[in-house]
Amino acid sequence: MKIVIVGCGRVGSGVAKQLAEQGWDVTCVDEDEGALARLGEWRGGFVVGHGMDVNVLERAGIVDADAAVIATNGDNTNVVVGQVVQRRYNTGCVVVRVLDPARATFYAERGLRTVCPTQTAIATLTDVVSSCEATPV
Amino acid sequence: MYAIVAGGGKVGANITRSLLAMGKEVTLVEQRRERFEQLEAELGPVVLAGDATELFVLKRAGIARPPDIVLAVTGDDEDNIVIAQIAQDGYQVPKVIARVNDPRNQEHFDLLGVNRTLCATSGLLGLVEHEVPEHGLVKLLELRREGLEVVELQVSPEAPAAGKRVAGLSLPDDVRLVSITRNGVAEVAGLDTVIRPGDQVIAILKPGLEDRLRETLVG
Repeated sequence: MKIVIVGCGRVGSGVAKQLAEQGWDVTCVDEDEGALARLGEWRGGFVVGHGMDVNVLERAGIVDADAAVIATNGDNTNVVVGQVVQRRYNTGCVVVRVLDPARATFYAERGLRTVCPTQTAIATLTDVVSSCEATPV
Repeated sequence: MYAIVAGGGKVGANITRSLLAMGKEVTLVEQRRERFEQLEAELGPVVLAGDATELFVLKRAGIARPPDIVLAVTGDDEDNIVIAQIAQDGYQVPKVIARVNDPRNQEHFDLLGVNRTLCATSGLLGLVEHEVPEHGLVKLLELRREGLEVVELQVSPEAPAAGKRVAGLSLPDDVRLVSITRNGVAEVAGLDTVIRPGDQVIAILKPGLEDRLRETLVG
């Protein structure tokens, strides 16, 4: 199975390494060549460029990719690139990281698979605090 | 009429000034603190500080009323697409216009349903081509929603059309000649208008028929 990961920061590089370990054919895209260092001993692909540039996406192999993860540090870049990948290349599984819960919900309601780490953090922190209260030290 | 202008750069600030001068109700949203303070000092409480891609900021700007028009004119194309999509799809704003900063992103705006766009760079390129003599066909106006475009070209001496009446030209149905300018004088093109080499012709047509028009008028 083939995947393109746009944005090779902490999140993107982590996902890339895990999926590569699971046997996926992974190619990362990042504007910064230095992001390659995050991947350690990397056997997968790496393309330097911006996710809005379709030539960059195509060089990364988006045309025959089974999945794409869009996780740059910009929410708006992520939702736009995610929609472009979904509509232009009909990639089966497109997952987009969106930090703002409101925008994550807005685009999820419109057919984009969004993942919102902020929402997860809110839920987890609330749960932890609630369970503290339940069993005070 | 109520308008929200997202992005207080040169474009957004000037649109806001014009709308205010026309007596319209406007809210201008600007994210950069320093720029916001500058604009607020000049324009007063119509300026709102915040990121117009955040839903709560748009709500404070009155997106739910909804406004009659939203102009997404920040310097970032992804931001403009998101603002336009929220306004169109989330709040059914009747008219949404987005600025395209990088012409290479135009296809993304089109693909994602942001249909009313303005691109200063493409417009300038068109004007530059317009000023260059011996040009081929110049797009003056694209009516994307209507599926039409207005173009201009110059008749060459070897053109099949040179010396012929408009009625005698073999042009496709979806091409119409609008006007002919000769020696600086323009006239509306009628069926009896005769085409001469050197004429500047303005035509309206369906996209895709440019080559047929060029073959006839330029050769």
